[in-house]
Amino acid sequence: MYEFDWTSIPGALPFLWQGMLVSLKITAVAVVFGIAWGTVLAMMRLSSLRPLAWFAAGYVNLFRAVPLVMVLLWFFLIVPQLLERLLGLPPGADVRLASAMTGFALFEAAYYSEIIRAGIQSVSKGQMAAASALGMTYGQAMRLVVLPQAFRNMVPLLLTQGIILFQDTSLVYVSALADFFGAAYKVGDRDGRLVELLLFAGAVYFVICFAASQLVRRYQKKLKTA
Amino acid sequence: MAYNWNWGVFLQVTPTGGEESYLDWMAYGFKMTVGLSLSAWVLALLFGAVIGVLRTVPNRWLAGFATAWVEIFRNIPLLVQLFLWYFVLPELLPPTLGDAFKQSHPVFQQFFASMLCLALFTSARVAEQVRSGIESLPRGQKNAGLAMGFTLPQTYRFVLLPMAFRIVVPPLTSEFLNIFKNSAVCSTIGLLELAAQGRQLVDYTAQPYESFIAVTLAYLVINVVVMAGMRWLEARVRIPGFIGGK
Repeated sequence: MYEFDWTSIPGALPFLWQGMLVSLKITAVAVVFGIAWGTVLAMMRLSSLRPLAWFAAGYVNLFRAVPLVMVLLWFFLIVPQLLERLLGLPPGADVRLASAMTGFALFEAAYYSEIIRAGIQSVSKGQMAAASALGMTYGQAMRLVVLPQAFRNMVPLLLTQGIILFQDTSLVYVSALADFFGAAYKVGDRDGRLVELLLFAGAVYFVICFAASQLVRRYQKKLKTA
Repeated sequence: MAYNWNWGVFLQVTPTGGEESYLDWMAYGFKMTVGLSLSAWVLALLFGAVIGVLRTVPNRWLAGFATAWVEIFRNIPLLVQLFLWYFVLPELLPPTLGDAFKQSHPVFQQFFASMLCLALFTSARVAEQVRSGIESLPRGQKNAGLAMGFTLPQTYRFVLLPMAFRIVVPPLTSEFLNIFKNSAVCSTIGLLELAAQGRQLVDYTAQPYESFIAVTLAYLVINVVVMAGMRWLEARVRIPGFIGGK
């Protein structure tokens, strides 16, 4: 039988924590910018201006058809070159974190925009009509009447998508960026203890994601009864 | 930008000694992606259907087992699951079995681990759809079945599942699309599917844009074909009288 040896984990905890910070940073940036850009995309898609609606539909469908791994590879290819030319960075500067954040934010925006679009459409039409009748402009009605109600209903779905996103950040492994999973893999590879480190990483992800999804579920119930 | 476009690169012969062109590499990757995804999908449907049914049965142990299954496969990242199947499982198996696996052909090892991983990962999602399909049926259906003297398994077999499996087809479309996209993760353990061939092409030819564009287009083609196929299937299994029914 395989003999477990967990001794390499305690000493590696600070390094693993650094990795976890990278994972959390990418998640936070992608959630914030993804929801912001996703809201814009959703409103474009529902707009009566055809070119805007077409652009948003094309953007969302393209990003939803391509694997995240491929999107990340694209961004690790393009973003460094762009930044080098825009900011005059020396070639070979480490912009992998920035590339990952950009890639995740633009990719997740496509998914967020679909959630937000459904949320906006779930608000009854009379709300918009009433806001117009009160003399509000389209922008005011959206901002003050429709979006607040839409977001209230969407919060559980947006949070769940955030949990999925947190899990997906492990895919920055393709760029050798040391997020939590990358750090665990590196330690396991170095000490010849891959089995223990991979099991440990799986357990940590499970505890975080399971706890978070239980919290979301509880919140959802509260929302329903309120 | 001073980038030299060269679409002819796909027709060049690879420097590995054979007569293969880079296009053959792409075709190999395409076949691998499709073969892996389809075989994993069949398994995912089987496991997902069973687990989804178990989540709704009035037996605490069976339902608890099914819930644990779903929560475990949903709350661990796909990449971590893949590494657990590929690197960890062979070590934890009884030595004879583990060694037999490690001595098998490397492509078999990669394919087997990837297939198992994608199948179980997706089965948890399929199970949730099956469960909500069963729960969306009016309660009276089950009660009527039991009142007619059917046993519980018979009620499932003749009353609940024939309806639930048809209701569940439209939501399964997105899971079917996902399994193709998720298969790209398997490039990380060295399986030469589409995404991996794309990266290999970059290393060999230094023409990143052409190869990435080709791979991206291949995924778009898969997407369009799957959507068309599922739309046809959805139209065939639609239940008359339901929204979107005949």
